[in-house]
Amino acid sequence: MVLKTFKIGGIHPAENKLSANASIQALAIPKTVYIPMAQHIGAPATPLIKKGDMVKVGQMIGKASGFVSANIHSSVSGKVKKIDQILDSSGYKKDVVVIDVEGDEWEETIDRSAELVKEITMSQDEIKTRIAESGIVGLGGATFPTHIKLSPPPGNSAEVLIINAVECEPYLTADHQIMLEKGEEIMIGVSILMKGIGVDKAIIGIENNKKDAIAYFKKLAKGYQGIEITPLKVQYPQGGEKQLIAATIGKEVPSGALPIAIGAVVNNVATAYAVYEAVQKNKPLFERIVTVTGKSVAKPCNLLVRGGTPVNDLIEAAGGLPEDTGKVISGGPMMGKAIVNLEVPSAKGTSGILIMQDTESAREKMDACIRCAKCVKVCPMGIEPYLLMSLSEKSMWEKSENCNVMDCIECGSCSFTCPSNRPLLDFIRLGKGTVGQIIRNRKS
Amino acid sequence: MILTLVFNTILVLSIIGVLAAVILAVAAKKFKVEEDPRIDDVEGSLPGANCGGCGFAGCRAFAEACVKEMELSNLFCPVGGNDCMGSVADILGLEAVKKAPQTAVVRCNGTCEHRPKTNNYDGSVSCAIASSLYAGDTGCAYGCLGCGDCVTACEFDAIHMNAETGLPEVDDEKCVACGACVTACPKTLIELRKKMPKDRKVYVSCRNMDKGAAAKKACSTACIGCTKCFKECPFEAITMEKNLAFIDADKCKLCRKCVSVCPTGAIVEENFPPRKVKKEEAPAL
Repeated sequence: MVLKTFKIGGIHPAENKLSANASIQALAIPKTVYIPMAQHIGAPATPLIKKGDMVKVGQMIGKASGFVSANIHSSVSGKVKKIDQILDSSGYKKDVVVIDVEGDEWEETIDRSAELVKEITMSQDEIKTRIAESGIVGLGGATFPTHIKLSPPPGNSAEVLIINAVECEPYLTADHQIMLEKGEEIMIGVSILMKGIGVDKAIIGIENNKKDAIAYFKKLAKGYQGIEITPLKVQYPQGGEKQLIAATIGKEVPSGALPIAIGAVVNNVATAYAVYEAVQKNKPLFERIVTVTGKSVAKPCNLLVRGGTPVNDLIEAAGGLPEDTGKVISGGPMMGKAIVNLEVPSAKGTSGILIMQDTESAREKMDACIRCAKCVKVCPMGIEPYLLMSLSEKSMWEKSENCNVMDCIECGSCSFTCPSNRPLLDFIRLGKGTVGQIIRNRKS
Repeated sequence: MILTLVFNTILVLSIIGVLAAVILAVAAKKFKVEEDPRIDDVEGSLPGANCGGCGFAGCRAFAEACVKEMELSNLFCPVGGNDCMGSVADILGLEAVKKAPQTAVVRCNGTCEHRPKTNNYDGSVSCAIASSLYAGDTGCAYGCLGCGDCVTACEFDAIHMNAETGLPEVDDEKCVACGACVTACPKTLIELRKKMPKDRKVYVSCRNMDKGAAAKKACSTACIGCTKCFKECPFEAITMEKNLAFIDADKCKLCRKCVSVCPTGAIVEENFPPRKVKKEEAPAL
């Protein structure tokens, strides 16, 4: 059988799924948590508590400020020590709420039983409101507030919901494991999302290296109307939003437009689980599954982590920091970002902690571009990375904009492929930032 | 046979040449673009560096603007300075605005010694990229990243990285205050300051806006916002904002009292003769 995939570009890096089939373990609650107020794209949340306040697990401690923003809930019970600024995974100091943990007392409204609630009693609007209140954001890594995705802008209507269960990043297995362990819940979550958006069709795209998950979901899908399971070719970046749409429904999102322009709404599989918990169990998003992995790591694992836990605690649970550590990366090896120290708190977007050996993490010496055009061949967006890099180097922003720099999805396939080890993505990202600013200035 | 061929060739080419010359001559007369001859004159008196320091896309664009505006109050060539603007004003019969000459200063003194590294950066050697990724390889989020974007931006070879300190240094002789480095620095560390006699400078060499304890922890020579200099200054030249002192070069009289009181050495004096050593106080009896 020929598997579906996107049409242009793509690479196949070594998969290295070291923590595959490691069952989810709940990480011990740390003594102190540092809950960032900026765990999503958009405006940071405004803290609702002050020093000395007592909080419970699931209590709202940060309120969304603005249209693109999300609520933040406490992941522990205890006393607010202070509101401080510390370095987070963005590499900059951001507001965090520091809570000294006392016990593990949950909000009474949260249903903590393991019982599966199948029946969806809420109406479409109630679902949207609950998702917004629960602070749910896209858990694939982009952390875009989910409730905004559920409300298409006027003039657009959703036709199909696509669930991103691809997990194309090497090393990461958090989504794979949640699919194996929480399949039923995810299917209900998908049904809730379908009702929330108002569509009767959903496609779950799963990369073909997770055959057990595909088989399990195909079996589950028989019990649900309108949900289709599509195995996808193992190819990076299959989990890119636009690539996934191209692979599953064969449509191309126009340059500069959102998927809703062609009637698609894409959500991550872990988001679907969070939606199930929020709607059926009244549990806001304050914990998630994080893969802790790396070639030298003693026990690669998938952990259920309370938001705001320092990365150090995660690494300790996986057997400690290996001696030959070169970089600790938040996210996967392709799109993740090295973190500055181990006190960085985990957040809603932390899908993995990857510990790279010093030998594999070191950058190779950069050579001149030999015009081999490999970067052009692998680019899944059909743009020309070598050209955009040199335009960025020369600060030619206007030309850069005309060459569609804003279409770049920052997947890193170009840098991965370049035989001259040129940091293509670094410069394209710089160009994207500058051109984006120019466009915003022009609009205002 | 060959002779005829050569002759015909020359004849045909000559006819084409004459025809083309006639067409060009007519076109040159008919489509002549009238341009103010003063633009060329003004351009001739500019330095021709095309650095963009005036805010225009090169010297020609600046000359066009001068002639079009017929008003020089908002136009200034920092490279040519007052002399150059004087001759531009003469050509156009206008009044030139005199500006005090400026020079660039780098407001970070976070050498490796003062500001210990907290991590290693091995990404692309570009301050713009490093700053888009994170706060920097030391505890200070405001300090110099040391990748030398200012050096690349300088068209006048006036700013160089000091390999020992890891910080850029401005050559006052060569600096023309075009402002290219000011724009290039993602941390806005570089400031254009009024040139003082003998290139003397007194300025706060720090941009750290954290509270005192945090600033001091990151860098031993950071401005901690203690306001001692602010209280000491007899000329009200110092302002405090966001835990950071700033010395207004227009008000500063170079008395250096602030330098003496600064507990961290964040205020820097340059090009002064060595201070007289204070007489040791007589031991208390």
